[in-house]
Amino acid sequence: MATPLTPVITEYWDRPDLYTLDGYRAVGGYQALEKALRTDPDDIIAQVKDAGLRGRGGAGFPTGMKWSFVPQGDGKPHYLVVNADESEPGACKDIPIMMANPHALVEGVIITSFAIRANHAFIYIRGEVPNAIRKVEFAVKQAKEAGLIGTNIMGSGFDLEVVVHSGAGAYICGEETALLDSLEGYRGQPRLKPPFPAVAGLYASPTVINNVETIANIPYIVDRGVDWFRQFGTEKSPGFKVFAVSGHVKRPGIYEAPLGITMRELLDYAGGMRDGSEVKFWLPGGSSVPLLTAEHLDLPLTYEAMAEAGTMLGTGTPMVFDQTVSVVKAVTRWLEFYKHESCGKCTPCREGTYWITGVLEKFEHGHGQQSEMDTLVDLCGQISGRSFCALGDAAATPYPSALKYFREEFEAATHTSADDQFDPIASYVFAGVGAR
Amino acid sequence: MPISENTREQMREIAARYPSARSALLPMLHLAQSEEDEITTDGINACAEVLDITPAEVTAVATFYTMYKREKVGKHHIGVCINTMCGLLGGDAVWDAVVEATNGSNNATTPDGEFFLERIECQAACTHAPVMTVDWEFMDDVTPSSAVEVLDKLRRGEQVQSTRGPVIRDFEATEHTLAFPDDGLADAPSVDDKMLAGLRIAKEQGMQGGNA
Repeated sequence: MATPLTPVITEYWDRPDLYTLDGYRAVGGYQALEKALRTDPDDIIAQVKDAGLRGRGGAGFPTGMKWSFVPQGDGKPHYLVVNADESEPGACKDIPIMMANPHALVEGVIITSFAIRANHAFIYIRGEVPNAIRKVEFAVKQAKEAGLIGTNIMGSGFDLEVVVHSGAGAYICGEETALLDSLEGYRGQPRLKPPFPAVAGLYASPTVINNVETIANIPYIVDRGVDWFRQFGTEKSPGFKVFAVSGHVKRPGIYEAPLGITMRELLDYAGGMRDGSEVKFWLPGGSSVPLLTAEHLDLPLTYEAMAEAGTMLGTGTPMVFDQTVSVVKAVTRWLEFYKHESCGKCTPCREGTYWITGVLEKFEHGHGQQSEMDTLVDLCGQISGRSFCALGDAAATPYPSALKYFREEFEAATHTSADDQFDPIASYVFAGVGAR
Repeated sequence: MPISENTREQMREIAARYPSARSALLPMLHLAQSEEDEITTDGINACAEVLDITPAEVTAVATFYTMYKREKVGKHHIGVCINTMCGLLGGDAVWDAVVEATNGSNNATTPDGEFFLERIECQAACTHAPVMTVDWEFMDDVTPSSAVEVLDKLRRGEQVQSTRGPVIRDFEATEHTLAFPDDGLADAPSVDDKMLAGLRIAKEQGMQGGNA
């Protein structure tokens, strides 16, 4: 039997008033907060640890463990920072969560702040999505007016300020320490670790940085319990995931399902591939994870199974491309992105992304040389693991995996351009409709 | 033009949100841009004065982030996503059509001063590819002809509704929202069929889902 979908964070998205405090409360919102404020903060941390929730931003680090790294009773202010800088190519689930269910995020922020003893929380949202920013700001404002944010929240003695912060267009700010520099009003460039943010983060104080979806899980875990949460997913990947399926499928969109669902099942829910089309390659979670092919469709979408297949679950937002797409062109476009977004701090990434992109563009235009296929592997090897932060590693990821599965396409690109190998119009989703 | 005292007062208001005033720099630059349609020397100086840092320090930040422009943005900022998903699913053709219809080019204001065109990176809306933005509000699932139609309407001053967001205002208004997000537009429709795709199947098929 197919794995059933499990709308939790998305359960009431069809309620037009869900973004309001009244709408959210009508479906049980802020009950978890009431419960949390009567609980010992350490017990909340333990609960999230026991639930096994793993960070939904891409790395999959255990959330409760991250929280427990914050030293308690150290006399320093603690901060919670929500990473809402969703900019990874292919990732499109945090912005929908913020637009549809902003109070789940806000309630999660309050509970998390209480647990880690933070009196100040920041929600750092990329500047290019004003509609998510205004929704979250509105939710924060309503929560303040209702006494859910501010001083002595619900008589608990707990005080919290929440600030919604707009970024200004820099993918690198999704890297947590670059985000901190940006939030302090500097160029968003990554910091050397250690010290880790849990010890010296925002304003050199202990800081927890969590992804939007991670935090939006918290109210449901606190409200419904560890056993409830663990009935979904696997031992190592418990819970459910807001999957966003994009590409050449009939019904691209949001599908919330337990971790462990397969890509084939998700594809079925998404109506399958568009007519006359088949899966050529797909990526489980963003452009920064190695790509897979049709032979991997039956693998469970979990952190562990994806790692075993040589890729990563990443953001859990599968991009699916059909046979009309040139893998050479797709990879070149991603590298142009990394080149544009490299912050320039370290040499391997700053220079390397330029070199890879330059060589790949030759292939895209049909001028690649046979020997350069190996040069590129070498280049990627010089960047991966040698860069200051994960952006460099990410930039070194698409090409080797593309070469592994589609070597013949790169070989063909030594004499035939990507557009001559694959008519670009064939991959348009509006072919014939409104095309010029 | 020097930044007005009223705007400086608003900058101080933003700075007061943070434990450390300098944290306000990004939203302050958005505010300066909402007044001047670009980041000017006056805008930089005003931020520097309010935060008591040097103009060079502000400039270092302003030049790092792509949303800050060093050339006057026309009435509307038009973004066309050309990252892999959007570009290959048709964004490339949308971009060509937009360029042709406006006589514009990348990262520049069109000759009529109406639009600033930009080939933008992933807008976190791949499920809605190809994506265009008008003043950073979503215009999802565009085609070359629907994109040009939007531009025509904007040029004629007709009302254009974001597919997941409010009625389009202008670039300045969006930049102001980024500094002061409580803009009274939170009731804009923001959930569409694609965001409800999984939920609808779950309901139709009686999947207990999270309540099991």
